[in-house]
Amino acid sequence: MLWACIVLPHLALDGVLRRRPDAGPLVLVDGPVNARSIVSANREAREAGLHVGQRLSAAQALLTRFDALPYDREAVDRWHRFLAAVAYRYSSEVSLLPHAIVLEVSRSMGLFGPWPRLEAMLRADLAALGFRHRITAAPTPHAAYVLAGVSDGQAVLTPDTLRRALQGVPIGKSRLPAAATEALPGMGIRTLGQLLGLPRDGLRRRFGVELLAALDRLTGELPAGLDAYRPPDVFDLRIELMHEVENIASLVFPLRRITGDLAAYLAGRDGGVQRFVLRLEHRDGKVTEVPVGLLTPEREPGMLFELARGRLDQVQLPEPVLAMRLIARDLPPFVPGGRDLFDERPANALPIEQLRERLRARLGDRAVHQLDSTTDPRPERAQAVAGQSPCGSGFSRDAFAFTNPKSPIPNPGSKASRLKPLPQQPLPQSDEPRPTWLLDRPIPLRGTAPRILSGPERLETGWWDGGEVCRDYYVVETSLGQHAWAFCAPGEQAGWMLQGWFA
Amino acid sequence: MGAVVALSTLLDAQQVWRGRAAPIPVGEQPTGWAELDAALPAGGWPAASLSEILLPADGVGELRLVLPTLARLTQGARTVVIVAPPYLPCVAGWQQQGVDMRRVDIVTAGDNDVAWAMEQCLRSGSCAAVLAWPRQADDRTLRRLQVAADHGQALAFAFRDRKHLPHASPAALRLELEAAPRAQVWVRKCRGGSVPAQPVPLGRALH
Repeated sequence: MLWACIVLPHLALDGVLRRRPDAGPLVLVDGPVNARSIVSANREAREAGLHVGQRLSAAQALLTRFDALPYDREAVDRWHRFLAAVAYRYSSEVSLLPHAIVLEVSRSMGLFGPWPRLEAMLRADLAALGFRHRITAAPTPHAAYVLAGVSDGQAVLTPDTLRRALQGVPIGKSRLPAAATEALPGMGIRTLGQLLGLPRDGLRRRFGVELLAALDRLTGELPAGLDAYRPPDVFDLRIELMHEVENIASLVFPLRRITGDLAAYLAGRDGGVQRFVLRLEHRDGKVTEVPVGLLTPEREPGMLFELARGRLDQVQLPEPVLAMRLIARDLPPFVPGGRDLFDERPANALPIEQLRERLRARLGDRAVHQLDSTTDPRPERAQAVAGQSPCGSGFSRDAFAFTNPKSPIPNPGSKASRLKPLPQQPLPQSDEPRPTWLLDRPIPLRGTAPRILSGPERLETGWWDGGEVCRDYYVVETSLGQHAWAFCAPGEQAGWMLQGWFA
Repeated sequence: MGAVVALSTLLDAQQVWRGRAAPIPVGEQPTGWAELDAALPAGGWPAASLSEILLPADGVGELRLVLPTLARLTQGARTVVIVAPPYLPCVAGWQQQGVDMRRVDIVTAGDNDVAWAMEQCLRSGSCAAVLAWPRQADDRTLRRLQVAADHGQALAFAFRDRKHLPHASPAALRLELEAAPRAQVWVRKCRGGSVPAQPVPLGRALH
């Protein structure tokens, strides 16, 4: 067993700094209204002489201009859980400790490589998300937690070396029960090494079994007894903006953050997102919802950002925005698209799925489709929008079936949208000529009487659903030289109706 | 005039320039129309370039001109995108011409977005050919499309009305279709060669 511990010493401050530029002194304050004190301060504030534990009134006497924000416990808890979800990418055993996350990595190293590489990946992830951290590794989670309290980057990879690594840890940093850590230094026991060398019976008589149990958990004699973290099935993140935003362009920065967080969460879950909602919150509880739907599950941060931005660009803001919230409930498994080894496309080609999403983001959800033939012989119904994408993983086949692209499209994914199943393979081709352009609905063919090139082909069908037709189809040439597919009533060669063009 | 110099030594010393036409890249993108291929300097469509096709009206054989190419590309599992077609492509008719409709994406776009959508498709590099019917396309737009086609190594086809013929165009190839009295194609501009003086007849067998 090898446990990694990520200590997040500035979780609250980092969470705040993610949504505002780090400019000027900033402190987080907590406590009763008349006795607020500083719980966290950024570098500029510390350089100005402010420090943690200082009264807000004392700080105000020192420095005239600085920002003081309330310490938000809920936000800290939310970030804590969010980072646990990110860490879940590297291990299935993740637990939360105060201001820290521990994860079991011995089995993960087979996939991600030896510990130094895994550590570098964890650090890169956390740095990209903007959270300062200390990372250590030890054979037990509690030992890793203790070591992270005194150092950064220490890795104790075998149980034999654990006791030696713990020797020099001061009692004050040992995270043992408070009664013991207060009393032990007075007895001359200043390090964990000294404490571990003491007879157990005496310790039990003096401090009770809790201390012994804590020591045993530290050294691995007892199981760690931690609750395993389970990532939530719904992603719900809210970013409160620092001031009221009136134009969409100013929402780009928080949007990039929020979609980046979504991508990090999805990577941790090894899932993708198919649809999510951006909720722009205005004053008085009013909201503007921006739904974003994708054809296939995606999780690439740049793409999620671009698509969400495309949808956001089309929104007219009725009122200034105070906060942005992203809710994703539809989180199907992510299947990376395969690429042909002998692909003829340029090496830097954008995948076709991403191209489709980009077009849909600007032109609308119904803008990109494919056509497929149906079994119906009537020209108006002989083809339908297909749900088949070339690689087979794209649009689900039954999601998009309708006969006319201008008619309302059913909500993709809803069960109610199932229409007739479409054939998997192209149907056997008719020997009769078929045009290459088809009109939405037949229109009268104007102009002088056309010259008949071939025909007639009689279509007498549709009796089963009330849309019965009986027509004689001809290929005719107009005076302009166009070849048209036109029909007229059986037996007549007048009153031509244009159905399509042989373009 | 005394010394006799062997011709081969002169040539080997590379002191003599030998007039020779630049080699023509032969037929990377054949049109599927043998006579047209013969008339075009690239032996087919100019690869990774914009081709402009000018029409007197819709339905004069403009699709028959490109369908052999689309059939070849889609059967090679390459994607073809149709942007803002004036009518619905008829699946049965296209299949009769050998096009695999599962590789054909149709994009509906408003007049203002046609050029944008076409450029995105061309630039992406994942489309083998992009067909579009831009109504509003000025010289600058066409130039952008030409650059995008080059960037994404795709065939770009812009179908426009014949009235645009007098205006200069940055397209690598300009064809004008004539339907009456006879179906034929005039090559109005072709990069890398002289414009043929005679039109190319276009067979219009129904299927």
